[in-house]
Amino acid sequence: MIEASALSKRFGARRALREVSLTVHAGELVAIIGPNGAGKTTLLSILAGEARADSGGVSRPPEEIGWVPQQAALYGRLTVAENLRLFARLERCDDVAAAVERMLAQTGLAERAGDRVETLSGGNRQRVNVAIGLLSEPEALLLDEPSTALDPGQRERLWEFLRGRVDGGTAIVYSTHNVQEAERHAHRVLVLADGEAVYTGSPRELEQTVGASGLDFEAAFVEFLRRRGH
Amino acid sequence: MRWLLLKDLQILWRSPLLVALLVIYPIVVAVLIGLALSRGPEKPRVAILNEVPAGGEVISLGGEEVDTSLYSQQLFDAVDPVRVDSREEARELVRDGDVLGALILPSDIPFKLQSALEPATVEVLYNAEDPVKAQLVRDTIKSQVQDANAALTRKFTGVALGYLNLVVSGGSSSFLGRDFAVLGLGPAERILAQARASLPPSSPARGQIQEVLDFARLARENLDLSDELLGSVAEPIRVDARAVEGAGSTALSSFAVALAVTVSLMFVTLLLAAGTLALEREENAFRRLVRGLVSRTALLGEKIGLAAACSLLVALVMLAGLALFVELDWSRAPLWAAAAAAGALSFAAMGAAIGALAREVRVASLLAFMVSLPVAFVALVPSGTVSGAIYDTTRVVSALFPFDPALTALGAALDGSGGMLLPLAHLLVLTLAFGAAARLGLRRFD
Repeated sequence: MIEASALSKRFGARRALREVSLTVHAGELVAIIGPNGAGKTTLLSILAGEARADSGGVSRPPEEIGWVPQQAALYGRLTVAENLRLFARLERCDDVAAAVERMLAQTGLAERAGDRVETLSGGNRQRVNVAIGLLSEPEALLLDEPSTALDPGQRERLWEFLRGRVDGGTAIVYSTHNVQEAERHAHRVLVLADGEAVYTGSPRELEQTVGASGLDFEAAFVEFLRRRGH
Repeated sequence: MRWLLLKDLQILWRSPLLVALLVIYPIVVAVLIGLALSRGPEKPRVAILNEVPAGGEVISLGGEEVDTSLYSQQLFDAVDPVRVDSREEARELVRDGDVLGALILPSDIPFKLQSALEPATVEVLYNAEDPVKAQLVRDTIKSQVQDANAALTRKFTGVALGYLNLVVSGGSSSFLGRDFAVLGLGPAERILAQARASLPPSSPARGQIQEVLDFARLARENLDLSDELLGSVAEPIRVDARAVEGAGSTALSSFAVALAVTVSLMFVTLLLAAGTLALEREENAFRRLVRGLVSRTALLGEKIGLAAACSLLVALVMLAGLALFVELDWSRAPLWAAAAAAGALSFAAMGAAIGALAREVRVASLLAFMVSLPVAFVALVPSGTVSGAIYDTTRVVSALFPFDPALTALGAALDGSGGMLLPLAHLLVLTLAFGAAARLGLRRFD
């Protein structure tokens, strides 16, 4: 489980987050959605320990949370296996070789293990990026826009993989611009607007909250934000 | 941290251009400096037209034969001479750029030297298209003509002193092949004194002889002093050079070696430290690393240590390479290593500060070049070439960067000129200061 309470963050005069709280249980998949500049990446960065909140707290230290940033954080001149091995060592995994083998197998990159990352496609880089986030078998995993660089096939494989992790008890939080992706995969959504958490619940509940019949989830989401003045 | 170090070494190893640059750069610099120091300066190529007829170079001065070709030979030795047969040919070679200048020795030079009625003149033609080369030709020929002038003046002075000696002490000489005896002031004085003594005391001639005797004594005594006076005229100004600053001053070759190594040390270290730190940001890995995997200070220490170790190795290889051309005192090798290590650490801290400012490796490299070049130039401005205020400013600016103390420390380590402690302490302070600046700069990475 991962719990954040009353997180606030300012960038100069701009309030990026306003007392946002969130609890994600083991085996739960939560999507953070909202317009551009709503504070999605800021919230995930604070949960991951990359950025510090001005106030509020996170229940787990960064070392216990897997983190997959939006831009692949990999060394292009190292091979896939070398990248995984480096981060497994830095994460102090008990059995580095086993952790690397496991992630290569789970992400389907075993055949590309010896290839330099700079030669991989965007989709494959993202798979390595995700694999590094999962090296230490974290109980909570955070992903920032994980499917942005992926084609539909790769996207489908990613979600299949993440669902497997959720089924194994991992708590996953991800941000996305793709509202339909949130509706399709997330158990719950957290809607952020201007740094404020304006909704937490299932996609279905959001549609019911808006109440207009015949609207799909994306339309309901837009209508919800409009009614809230965003 | 060792895994990060291993990773950086792997990345370096897989960057062939960078590794080639790191290996080739110091080798090329070492070879160039070594060749420059071992070959000495190139002689300017100068056309020579000698219109003095064969055998006419010998002149007679005070009964002594003087071969003027010996003096002209000195001049020819200072240049790379190209013999020509006419003024037109000399002009053409200069105009076409085949030679930097032409020197014409007119046929009347021996006559004018012998008669001493008017100065002998040599003509110099030069190509003024390139002011540096033109200056080189002018300076070389002027310097050699001055040397020849000084040598001839000494010869003239010797002849004049011989004549004066003859007048004072008497003796024999020859003129136009005829030998003749000269009485001299001293013997004349003695003869007059005897003649005066033989006259009766009341003789009016005694007073007149006494007057002549007084004049002869006065003339002899003053002419006795004239050899020193003529010696002064022959060489009115002598140079007595003493170093008042930087006692035991660094030898030119040691300075050149220290300069070559320091410049390489600066570029290699700055580029490595700035580049490897900026790479963490460019690859988006920095944030992933510092969220609990490694501290910012440890990351900084790893980059500084890696850059300093690599450049220290390069510096030591360079020194070993330069030792093939220049004699270096190997018993001082531990001091070289200490000076190079202190310089490398300081440059690495500065490079890390530059890397902390940049978001990309290319920007970091460009910044490193843009900062290091003026720093090196400013540190090399010699006193007396600019106004006092500007020089003081250059000293202050130089003190803020590691180049100047690193150069001083390495120069002192190479040949023992001056102390090493002060520049080493200076480098330590700069390492801490730039390290702190780099640590502060890492906040920009957040």
